[in-house]
Amino acid sequence: MFRAAAQRAIVKRGLPGGISRGFCSSRAIAKEIELFVDGKAVQIEEGSAIIQAAEKAGVTIPRFCYHERLGIAGNCRMCLVEIEKSPKLAASCAMPVGPGMRVLTDTPKIKQAREGVMEFLLANHPLDCPICDQGGECDLQDQSMRYGSDRGRFAENKRAVEDKDIGPLVKTTMTRCIHCTRCVRFINEVAGTGELGTTGRGNDMQIGTYVQRPLVSELSGNIIDLCPVGALTSKPYAFSARPWELKNTESIDVTDALGSNIRVDSRGEEVMRVIPRTNDEINEEWISDKARFSNDGLKRQRLTTPLVRVGDKFEPTTWADALGLVAERLTKTEPSRVRAVAGDLADAESLVALKDLMNALGSENLAIDTMNSSRAPAYGVDIRSNYSFNTGIANLEEADAVLLIGTNPRHEAAVLNARLRKPYLEGTTQYALIGRAVDLTFDYQHVGSTAKAIDALTNDEHAFSKVLKAAQRPVVIVGGAVGELDSGADAMAAVARLAQSVPALVSDSWNGLSVLQYAAGRTAALDIGFVPNGQSSANGQPKFVYLLGADEIRPAEIPNDAFVVYQGHHGDAGAHLADVVLPGAAYTEKSVTFVNTEGRAQLTRQAVNPPGAARDDWKIVRALSEAAGMALPYDDVNALRARMADVCPSLVHVGERESTSAEIAKLGVQQLAEGGSGRAGSLDSGFVSAVADFYMSDVVSRASRTMARASASVAKARSSGLVADDASGQSTSEASA
Amino acid sequence: MFAKFRQGMLCAAAASRNAQRQFSVSSAVRSDAIFVHRDTPQNNPSIPFEFDQKNMQEAKKIMAKYPPQYKKAAMIPLLHLAQKQNGWTSISVMNYVAKLIEVPPMRVYEVATFYTMFNRNPVGKYFLQVCTTTPCQLCGSSKIVETIENHLGIKVGETTSDKLFTLVEVECAGACVNAPVISVNDDYFEDLTPGATVKLLDDLKAGKSVTRGPVSGRKNCEPLGQPTTLTTPPPGPGFMVRSDL
Repeated sequence: MFRAAAQRAIVKRGLPGGISRGFCSSRAIAKEIELFVDGKAVQIEEGSAIIQAAEKAGVTIPRFCYHERLGIAGNCRMCLVEIEKSPKLAASCAMPVGPGMRVLTDTPKIKQAREGVMEFLLANHPLDCPICDQGGECDLQDQSMRYGSDRGRFAENKRAVEDKDIGPLVKTTMTRCIHCTRCVRFINEVAGTGELGTTGRGNDMQIGTYVQRPLVSELSGNIIDLCPVGALTSKPYAFSARPWELKNTESIDVTDALGSNIRVDSRGEEVMRVIPRTNDEINEEWISDKARFSNDGLKRQRLTTPLVRVGDKFEPTTWADALGLVAERLTKTEPSRVRAVAGDLADAESLVALKDLMNALGSENLAIDTMNSSRAPAYGVDIRSNYSFNTGIANLEEADAVLLIGTNPRHEAAVLNARLRKPYLEGTTQYALIGRAVDLTFDYQHVGSTAKAIDALTNDEHAFSKVLKAAQRPVVIVGGAVGELDSGADAMAAVARLAQSVPALVSDSWNGLSVLQYAAGRTAALDIGFVPNGQSSANGQPKFVYLLGADEIRPAEIPNDAFVVYQGHHGDAGAHLADVVLPGAAYTEKSVTFVNTEGRAQLTRQAVNPPGAARDDWKIVRALSEAAGMALPYDDVNALRARMADVCPSLVHVGERESTSAEIAKLGVQQLAEGGSGRAGSLDSGFVSAVADFYMSDVVSRASRTMARASASVAKARSSGLVADDASGQSTSEASA
Repeated sequence: MFAKFRQGMLCAAAASRNAQRQFSVSSAVRSDAIFVHRDTPQNNPSIPFEFDQKNMQEAKKIMAKYPPQYKKAAMIPLLHLAQKQNGWTSISVMNYVAKLIEVPPMRVYEVATFYTMFNRNPVGKYFLQVCTTTPCQLCGSSKIVETIENHLGIKVGETTSDKLFTLVEVECAGACVNAPVISVNDDYFEDLTPGATVKLLDDLKAGKSVTRGPVSGRKNCEPLGQPTTLTTPPPGPGFMVRSDL
């Protein structure tokens, strides 16, 4: 491990370990040097490893322990290469490039050496590929095809290691472990929870947690992908499918607002698993455990047929009858008393269609399913930079001072939290938090629990304001829930005042003022303007409520005499309030647009069909419009997307992050600053956590057994003291700040 | 016909296998320790451990040697100090050290399991480490082990029922010149014979004071009796130098 640290210092110029801070304060820019890989000239940054240069030259070197997003361990020895004039072979992952170096990657000597390495790896590796879940996508299996022998010379007993129980998500078969330590490095460097390590030494070395405990990282599932053998596999997916049976569909995750890129693997009509896709702009190659493991929720509690409430029971009915009933009630209700509520998982297509339908009816009474759905969020919908993550997720790595306000990114956007941790490891960034003190996996100063602390920073009453104001690339991340609080306008006004007092925060080259939304459908709903306008609340209680996947709504907000329609895919809280239920499609069953918190539109792709009579959401709205006698003017998704482009062009600019210009962003800040009520004591209330239980925050994950188990396991670990409670996290206290 | 053919094939296969290789399977050598923790009444995280006042001062002195951001460098000395106070390195000891130097407990577990001199299980009042590496073995350490085992009625790796002695074998103690050697806690007893070993054990049991070092009566590693080399006074300056210089 010491060697690992030293090598990492060469290659990444980062610091090993979690807590330590470095002395360097700026990123060194290394010069490019030239070397030759198999005779081909490559230009690469000084300090890179040979394996990276080879990658650049188009040569893939076999490896087990090396991973480009983790520190260098150099312990598997599979990546041996020959360097001209060097007497011995070198591990290409740990050997830095030198100018003029001539590297050979495919010689008989190398092949023989790798065969030797492979023989040693296989000496202790069980021959259980037929019952191993990694079979078919196993690095060891693949590379043994080239470097393995068809018989072994090792007649002694294989090493036996007992399996570890590390929670309900990751299954371990430790005899298969080849000690590459990728999982250990991931948990310590990227996830930052530090539960995994190596115990013992030599032949007795093993990977594990030493004490019996579950992993509590929200990113723990990624060690399954990282494991090059079958030592760590997915527990919920165990023995259920082989990779070659699966249909791969590239899609977008909706369990948080990041829009992590995922691949949905399905067999027949069943989503078998979800794994990440690489997107350096968003999720690198990680996804949260909720994105990965909540897919079993797609099979439970599903709405498969239209339902009509008869007495206190739901009766199944046909689409024609259900739509007829809804259309009749819709047209008979006074337009201003018709209200539509957009839920957390609503896609942009259905939102645009529903808004068009409501407007065609003459209603402007639209709402988002927030903590206070009767009111528009305090950041408004007029200026896009006021509600988006303007900094950009990837740009967080450049930040040198980060202030988090009213948010727990670990729960609201777990992958983003790993990104925030990255500059922390370089030791270049300082962090502060206003809100509930939680364990964020990096050190921060806790400035205060209420919005008053924001003003304290503005007025230089706290040590961190100096850091923030001196920073070149400051970032202020405001939780999406802040704008939804009763005192949201005042809190946002305080944030705006702070933003105005930090000159580098919003400039032509940098916009550090970001709002971190927590729901996948939120940014699209705000882009479209799915919020109540002035007229809506004036006309009294709604008589007709259309819930588009709105499950967080408080029953008290729906009058008793109102006719409630629920359109969505899970029989959760919203469906229980409904008079008519229209079954929609979940994110794996439709090809639709989701806009992530940065304002980046991305398309999901249909992996499986909606169950039973369930339909695409926008098609339901379109069918309803026809039943109500005011057919919307689009018959296919292309026509609808053309309409979306009219409403908000960024909705169809797939994959692009469109930033707001500094002038407009500054106007937005000005608007926020003027928005507060200015009442005394309006900043005294604390912040509310948007995601109370990370594992069960939306209809899919609430229906998931795996997520319920994970939630219970973490709760148990917390109550038994294995995990620091959120409130007593590793943060430095107010006093020390 | 087919059965006969098959039988023939099997015989041929067996014969060729026999001809090809002789399997020699060595006995599996297992480690004397396990590298996972299991809660027991004697060893679980709910048993409190804290440095006493004296050791706390010592710990602060140790930690002061390292820059504050590299506090974790103090891990091994602190574990050693804590093991001295507690007698062995329990899970509570490891957790406490982790808290002191502000690292996840797993970092301490890694170190404590790597080094064999951290005893992760309780040991007796006298921790007997018999060196059985080649030089000691040539000088009769096997006899010493046998003597201790017979005298105390325990096997290597065990503790006496009165919790007075724990016997382990260790690799080279670095005192080959005085082989065979055992170390009792921090003290070496050298040049042992079976008789001297029994006396030592009896003295320890009886609580008598014992003198560390060679039991043969020689001083440190000097030869028994008279020195055999360097018997004359050392030559002074100018020794072997040309007279005209």
